[in-house]
This record gives sequence, structure tokens and C-alpha cells, in this order.
Amino acid sequence: MSPFNLAAINFVWLPILPMVIVAIAAIVVLLAGVRIDDGESEGLGLVTLASLGVAFVFTLGIVGQYGIAFAGAISIDSFSAFFQLVILIAAMFTVMMSLDYAAENRIPGAEYYSLLLFSALGMMLMASAGDLIVIFLGLETMSIPVYVLAGMMRRNAKSNEAAIKYFLLGAFSTGFLLYGIALVYGATGTIKLGPIHDALASGSLSSNPLLLLGMGLMVIGFGFKVAAVPFHMWTPDVYEGAPTPVTAFMAVGVKLAAFAAFLRVFMVDFSSVGAHWQTVLWVVAVLTMTGGNVIAVVQTNIKRMLAYSAIAHAGYLLLGMAAGVRSGPAILYYLLGYAFTNLGAFGVVIALERRGETGNMITDFRGLAARQPLLAGAMAIFLLSLAGVPPLAGFVGKFYIFSMALQQGYVWLVIIATINSVVSAYYYFYVLVAMYMQEGGIEVERLSSRPALVAAIGLAAFATILIGVYPAPYMTSAANAFHSASGAEGIHTAAAFDP
Amino acid sequence: MNGGLLTALIFLPLVGALFILMQSEERAIWNSAFIFSLLPLALSFYVLYEFNPQQADYQFVEQYDWIPAFGITYHIGIDGISLFLVLLTTILITLSILYSGGGDIEERPREFCFFMLILETGLLGTLLSIDLFLFYAFWEVMLIPMYFLIGIWGHGRKIYSAIKFVLFTMFGSFLMLVAILYLVYQAHVHFNRTSFDLPLLYQVPLTVNEARWLFAAFALAFAIKVPMWPVHTWLPDAHTNAPTAGSVILAGVMLKMGTYGFLRFAIPLFPGVAVEAIPLFMALAVIGIIYGALVAMVQPDLKRVIAYSSVSHLGFVMLGIFALNPVGIDGAIYQMLGHGISTGGLFLLIGMLYMRRHTREISEFGGLWKSVPVYAAIFMIVMLSSMGLPGLNGFVGEFLIMLGGFIRLRLATVFAVAGVVLGALYLLWTYERVMFGPITKAVNETISDLTAREIAVMVPLIALMLFMGFFPRPLISRMEPSVTAMLARANFAQAHLELERQPNRIAILPPSTREPVIAAAAR
Repeated sequence: MSPFNLAAINFVWLPILPMVIVAIAAIVVLLAGVRIDDGESEGLGLVTLASLGVAFVFTLGIVGQYGIAFAGAISIDSFSAFFQLVILIAAMFTVMMSLDYAAENRIPGAEYYSLLLFSALGMMLMASAGDLIVIFLGLETMSIPVYVLAGMMRRNAKSNEAAIKYFLLGAFSTGFLLYGIALVYGATGTIKLGPIHDALASGSLSSNPLLLLGMGLMVIGFGFKVAAVPFHMWTPDVYEGAPTPVTAFMAVGVKLAAFAAFLRVFMVDFSSVGAHWQTVLWVVAVLTMTGGNVIAVVQTNIKRMLAYSAIAHAGYLLLGMAAGVRSGPAILYYLLGYAFTNLGAFGVVIALERRGETGNMITDFRGLAARQPLLAGAMAIFLLSLAGVPPLAGFVGKFYIFSMALQQGYVWLVIIATINSVVSAYYYFYVLVAMYMQEGGIEVERLSSRPALVAAIGLAAFATILIGVYPAPYMTSAANAFHSASGAEGIHTAAAFDP
Repeated sequence: MNGGLLTALIFLPLVGALFILMQSEERAIWNSAFIFSLLPLALSFYVLYEFNPQQADYQFVEQYDWIPAFGITYHIGIDGISLFLVLLTTILITLSILYSGGGDIEERPREFCFFMLILETGLLGTLLSIDLFLFYAFWEVMLIPMYFLIGIWGHGRKIYSAIKFVLFTMFGSFLMLVAILYLVYQAHVHFNRTSFDLPLLYQVPLTVNEARWLFAAFALAFAIKVPMWPVHTWLPDAHTNAPTAGSVILAGVMLKMGTYGFLRFAIPLFPGVAVEAIPLFMALAVIGIIYGALVAMVQPDLKRVIAYSSVSHLGFVMLGIFALNPVGIDGAIYQMLGHGISTGGLFLLIGMLYMRRHTREISEFGGLWKSVPVYAAIFMIVMLSSMGLPGLNGFVGEFLIMLGGFIRLRLATVFAVAGVVLGALYLLWTYERVMFGPITKAVNETISDLTAREIAVMVPLIALMLFMGFFPRPLISRMEPSVTAMLARANFAQAHLELERQPNRIAILPPSTREPVIAAAAR
């Protein structure tokens, strides 16, 4: 393919255009920020929001296209489009929630927004990776800005602690992942995802020790990023210390990107050796659900509680992976609902927060329903969705994952997960208790002067209801997306129990 | 398809709830809540009027695709089993709102009415769903408003009670969800069709082991809701600490969702296992009857007396259901309605007393007959109906249940009769201590009698008690075709079972004897 062939250039560049837009926006914001004062970063935020929106529109344009680009480094399929769209939504919500927050907390806007954009770029790269090296590149492009973002409030000790902790453990886990990639390369002789799949499908490698060790290390590497027990130790401290919009971005964006790569590598390319890793994930899923839910019960800080809740939800997603390939669409659907629900919940936390990271104890939510009925109502929707109460997105997601797992015979895993859901109901409902049945708490400041935040919460609440009440189209897109990654072209219905 | 009558019935309260959110003036809130509870009430009476009593199958059916990937449809309909429970729901919600507007609920009336109407949507949806997914969704939805009603407007350890209520019920219902999913998957395996539609799922062939586990999961969820002994412990707390309207709906309607679940789902889905489980459930029912009555007797708090009496009365309902013959089940449904009306009435009356005295301790009262004669008279009628006095609603249900239970398992019924005697004992003794004797506390001399609004709340209930006591036929004749059709499956399963087992352990009522018995009982 000649580099001067215009048609070829078009084909190669169009699919990565959204990523290019995000990258250029990141640089522009960084440069423009030289002349802008820390307290007046709102303009930069709006530019960031607009560029993410443009990238979103261009990503819509590649839905349904199929192929590989850059000699197999980039996969063009609905799977990457699906994840890129949700990642961009997460980034846009994060920006909307940051506009006033960044200015109030004197966070340097240029650095903040451009790091956010770079991180989103890394996430998108992970979602569309076609070989293991690009996954690693994406992971680093995503993680390094987030390390910095976590420590963005320089004068706050907790924020500094979060950054250091996240950086050290993150770097450590990246090492595991890279080592795993190297061993898989050693076993299969290729880093490209398609050829790896073909090499494994032939069956001759199924008990190759290099491959097994490599897969094991990669599980650890991804396990860190999705915050699976026992690789979750960093999560609560980092979630608590980081600026809250960054926490939201980590809880949703990082998890989305990590799961995108995790799913693509394991559920598609390692699917023929599923017997080896599914058992491991079975155990990890049970530990993650149970650990997350049980520890969440005793939390008093809402950010820590949501951190453990995020761990528990990673457990439900891992349950889907442990149950095998057919749960793929369910995992994608679950992630979609999870994204909106969690973004909304963190949005409410931001609304309550005051300068210097106070106001995020669960006791601060007391009496919120009487003072801010709409805000409390939105939070109630998010919490009920997280607890899995119909007809909200969280419930339908659980329903989808559980039914696919049951279909594949994982009855006990599902029963453990449902008992976990009961445990989780306790701590989610306890926030409802604080909001509706107790008095005290803190006043919410200046909600009316923060339209972007209010809009983000409102949109998230609307999406949480919509995706739950009318799930059919989202299930279909999730199924299409997942099947397109496994190389099956064309339109798929989200058939519940495909043969 | 029938112009969406049942859809309107289910979702009118939801529309009302959203409408109320936009109101700010207190009078307007109560008025619009009352009007929005009258609309479904009127619709439900229209459904009763149009209902074809001869038809055993669902009527007013609506079905639309909802989640095609799983074959989930919005499928609703009404039959003889759910018809009167729907009426009970609309009646009790309306009366509760009417009562609560009269000073019982003073804080946050807007949210109160909002949750009451959402609750009505959840309850009606649960009763009318034919699709299991839809049923499960409504089943969970009704939990949330009740949680708020207890937690916000309750008394005493209200938060503890609310959380306990939610966790108990959720534990059961999540396991039921697993069972539903498993059942649907088996339907897919056998019919190559994914569907949550109840009529299809009735036909899924299951191995005995599968059926036993699935029945256990369904039965646990429903038994918690009923509540059967020994999973009843959430009930006294929830009842005692709930606001009056919450107790009325909880006892009056919500507990019936458990017994309704047995009739609609657990038994017809797994008839073979249900037949096997007759001795177990009859034993638990009898334990519940006697335990509930004994514990009710020693309660110092009026509301706790009625709460434990619910455990006892619902034991009767379970006894009738697991008689698995038309008489027993007709009686059980009748008792469900009767208990809803009389216990609802008792909770309302206790609420009225509490509003005046801010206590429910029995020892605080005595001699009320002299100071509030109208109250005492109404209390007596309602209490007698709860006791099962002939001529009032409670008698018909209990009598039919005893009849059905006796045919099925004599020993259980013999013990259950003891429950009737104990029931009379604790209710009369409670009445005596509250109403008769000298006035021991000076405050009791000056409390005011019922207001016009309170009488207006109680009169419809008393009218229903009398009507149901004297004219059971119009109700039973509408239930009967559906009950018989449901039992056709259970008896079919039993016939199979008895081929394999020792005969004579379970007596079968020959079909020819059914009709005269019913007719005799109804007369």
C-alpha cells in the first residue's frame, strides 16, 4: 500500500480521526492555558467539552465500519466505536462536572483539561487496539495523566497521597502487564491480536507454560486497572484523595478502557484457552464482589463507599467474563448503565462538596431531601440503580449478566452474586436513610450557579432510567459491538440465548 | 386491545404521583392525591362490572413487545384470582389517603402522597403482570415506596424497621430472580424459545430435582412476604413502626402479594412439588396460626397485637392455599380480602386513637366506651369481623379454609381450629382492657370521638364487611373458574404423584363433590 495513495490515506486516517481530534485539542488547551489564570479556567473547559463533542460525532461516523488499520495496530469495529463513544461521554460528563470545581479549587485549568484529554486519548486507544503493544501504549497514555490528575490539588495531603499511591502501584501493575505481554509474545511469536487468536485456536499451545504464565500476569495487570480483589488496595485511598471529578473519571473511564482491552484480549483472542483463565476469574470475581460489598458496608465517607461499590461492580463484570464468551454483550450493556449511574452519583457528591474536600461524609447527606428534593431524587435514582432495583439500568444490566451466566451453567456464581446484591442494598439504602429519614447535614451551596453540573446530573439520571426502561436498542448495540470484535461481521440481534 | 384499560389502571397513580410533585400547597396536594386514587378506584369497579364471571382465563389482556432479545413482553391481564385483590388495593389506598389527609401525616405531605401513589402502581402492576420479568420489576418497585413510608413517617425504631423490611424481602426476591432466569433458560432449552410469559412457563418440563429447587426459591420469596413462620420477624417491627397508612397497606395488600405469589406462580409452575410440600406448608401454617395468636395475646402495644394477629390470619390463608382444593383456595382468597379489610380497619382505628393520645400502650387505656362511644362501636364491629363472627367477612373465609383443610389434612385443621379460639381470646381481651372497665387515666375522659372524615373512612369498610359476610356468592363465583383452572394443573400433578406413592396419605376431593360443598358454604 503506497503511502501516497489518497484512498488509502483516507481509509487509514478516518477511523482514528476522533483520537487525532482529542490529541490536537489536548495540545491546544495546554498551549492556550499559558495565558489564562488558574481561577478562570472555565473557557478552557468549554473548549475541551466542544472538542470531545466533535470527536463524539466523528466516532458515530465509524460505527459499523470494519477492518484493521496501521498494519493491524488499530482495530476498526463496532466494539471500539462502542467503547470510544462511552469513554467520550464519560470524559464530557467529567468536564461538565469540573467546570466550576476546577475554578473554585484553584486547579490549574490548562494542565487539568489537557491531561484529561490525553487520558481520554489513551482510553480510546486501548479500546481500539489491534495488538498488545498498542494496548500497552494506550494504558500508559491513559494512566500517566491520571496519576497527575489525582494529585492535582497540590496543597491537599490526601490528594498527594492518592497520586503517589496510584503512581507506585500503577507502575508496578503495568510491569506485570508488560511482562505478561512479553511472555505471550514468546509463546505465540506475535503481538497482533488476530494472529494470537489463530495461534491459540490451533490448540497446540494450550498448556504452554510461557502462555499460561503470560496470561496470568496479564490478568494481574488488568486486575489492577479494573480494581479487582486482591489488586484493589489502591482504590479507596486514591478515590478518596483525588479531586472528585477525577474520581468519577477514574471510576468510569479507566474502568471502561481497562475492560475494553481486557475483554478484547481474553474473551476474543484467548477464548480458545478459556478453560485456563475462566476458573481464575471465577475466584477473582467472587473475591471482588464479596470484598467490595462487605467493606463498603462500614464506610462513612461517600467517596470511599462508592470506591468499594465500584470494586463490587467490577466483580459482577468479572462474573460475566468468568462465565465465558456469551456474556460479552451483557458486559458491554452493564458497562453502559454503570457509566451513567456512577457519573451521576459522583456528580451529586460534587454538588455537595465544599472547598477543600469537605462535605463528602455520608452524614453530610442527612436531610438533603428536604433541602434539595431534586438533587436527592437524582441520587436516589443512582443508588437504586446501583443496588439493582428495577426498572433502572443497573437492574437490567445485572439481569442480563446473570441470565447469560446461568445459561452457561454458573448457578452458584450467580447465587453468590445475588446474595452480594442484598449486602450492597444495605449500604446504598443507608445513604437513602441519611437523605430522607434523618436531619442535619450540610447546605448545598450555589447549585443554581452551576448549570453544567446540574445538567450532567440530570442527563445521567435520565439515561439511567431510559437505559433501564427501554433497554432493547442498547442491548442490540452491545451485542453488535461485542460480536464485531470477535470477527463476525454484519448485524447481530441481542439474542438472549444464542446457540 | 381493550383500549388499555388495565394499563390506565396501573399507571394512573404514577401520573398522579408525578403531578403531585408539581404541587406546593398542602390542601392541593391532598386533594389531588385523593382524586388520583379515586380514578383507579373507579376504573377497577368498571373492570369488575365488565368482568366475565364464566371465563377462567385472563381478561382485558394487553401484550406488547418490550425487550425482544429476551422475549420479554408487556403482558397484563386480570382473572378471578387477581380481580378482587385489585379492588382491595384501590379501595384501601383511597381510604388511606383520605384518612392520612385528616391530620395523621403532617410532615412532608407531598412526598407522602407521591410514595403512596407509586406504591399503588407497584401493587397493581404486580397483581396484573402475566410476564415474569414484568412481575418481578413491579414486585421490586413496590418495595421502595413502602421503605420510604416506614422510614420517613414511621415511629420509634423506624429506620431499623425499614432496612430490615427491605433486606428481608430483597433476599428472597433476588433468589427468586435466579429461579426465574433458570426457568426461562429451561424453557429455551425445551421449546427453543426465550420467553418470560407465564402460560408458556407453566408447561416447561423440569426434572424433579430442578423443580424442587426452583419451588424452594419462589416459595422462600413469597413466604417472607406472607410472612410465614419462621421468616416473619420483620413484620412486627415494620407494622409497629410504620405510619398508619403504611400499616394499612402493608397488612391489607402487601402481605397478600406473598399468598398471591403462591397461587399464581409457585404452585402452578411447580405443581408436583407443591403437592409434595403440602404437609410442610400446612405444618408451618398451623405453627404460624397458633404462634401468632399466642404472641399477640401478650403484647402490650395495640399495633403489635394486630401485627401478630396478621401472622395468625395469614397462616389460615396458607392453610387454605395448600389444601389445594377449590374450597380451600376460594376460602384463602376470601380470607385475603377479609383480612385486608378488617386488619386495615383495625390499623386505621388504632391510628385514630394514637393521633389523640400519642400512645398505643394498652395499659394507658380503659373505659373508652364511655368517652368515645362511636369509636368503640366501630372498633367492635371491625374486631368481630377480624375474629370471624358469622355475618361478617372473616367467618366465610375461615369456614371455607377449614373445610378445604379438613378434606386435605385433618390433623392440621384440628390444630388450626385452636387458632380461631385463641383469636377470639386475644381480640376480646384486648377490647375489654381498652374499652371497658373504669376510666383509669384522666386524659381518656376528654378525648374526642371520631370526626366526620374518620367516620367516612370507616363506613365503606364496614359496609364491605357486612356485604362479604352475607353475600359471598358474587365474589366466589367470579373467583371459582380461575381457581378451578389453576387447580386442574396441581391435581393433574397429584394424580401422577399418587401413582408412584402410597395412596391414601392425601385424600382427594372427588370432582363431583366440589360444587355442592361450595354452594353450601356460600349460602
